[in-house]
Amino acid sequence: MTIKILYFAALRDALGRSEESMTLPAGVTTVGELRAFLADRGEVWSVLETNRNVRAARNQRMVSAGEPLAPGDEVAFFPPVTGG
Amino acid sequence: MKVSISVQEADFDPGQEIASLSDGRRGVGAVAAFVGLVRDINEGDDVQAMTLEHYPGMTERALQDIVAQAHVRWECTAIRVVHRVGRLEPCDRIVFVGVASAHRGDAFSACEFIMDYLKTRAPFWKCEQTPEGARWVEARESDDEAASRWEDVELRR
Repeated sequence: MTIKILYFAALRDALGRSEESMTLPAGVTTVGELRAFLADRGEVWSVLETNRNVRAARNQRMVSAGEPLAPGDEVAFFPPVTGG
Repeated sequence: MKVSISVQEADFDPGQEIASLSDGRRGVGAVAAFVGLVRDINEGDDVQAMTLEHYPGMTERALQDIVAQAHVRWECTAIRVVHRVGRLEPCDRIVFVGVASAHRGDAFSACEFIMDYLKTRAPFWKCEQTPEGARWVEARESDDEAASRWEDVELRR
């Protein structure tokens, strides 16, 4: 299954990437598993594991780690919001 | 209920926004409005400018959701939210929230609720320009506390 991943604000700067398309390996079926899989890239990516403040959205709605993934999903990771 | 939400780079006119909230609506007895501005000092440092980033698509959706939640809690006739993005300088307007209602209590509460939820749930991020360089603004715990106090407010329906 292929999904799109977006990164915003300070997290995007830290990762040096704003988006990517990815075909998920077997075993990555939830937002939390995706996050752990990305963190396993090591170096800057480990922030996804160590910084528990990082939020996730699936198809533009804030979700928790157990949220299941489906083909064509848009998943976003970002820091706590600071608008207003 | 009439709802209007804009995410834009352009400035807005608070007087015009307030006037259009009650325009032609004879049942409106109160309009409460909030305007957020760029401060020149944050965390003790000079702020020369800031850039507001957002998540296009999700931003509008999140604001719609917040406004809908306000309408569940309070009787509202019209709600207007304008949030600017892009580069802003001290004294610039950032955000407008206006609520028209039959009575002031609903208008005041809904307006404050929308701001509190916007600050913790709408995907905007501020990057400040200071003499020491650019830095991302950190989320405040006090904003989470402000938003969580509404959880005890009994739902109207």
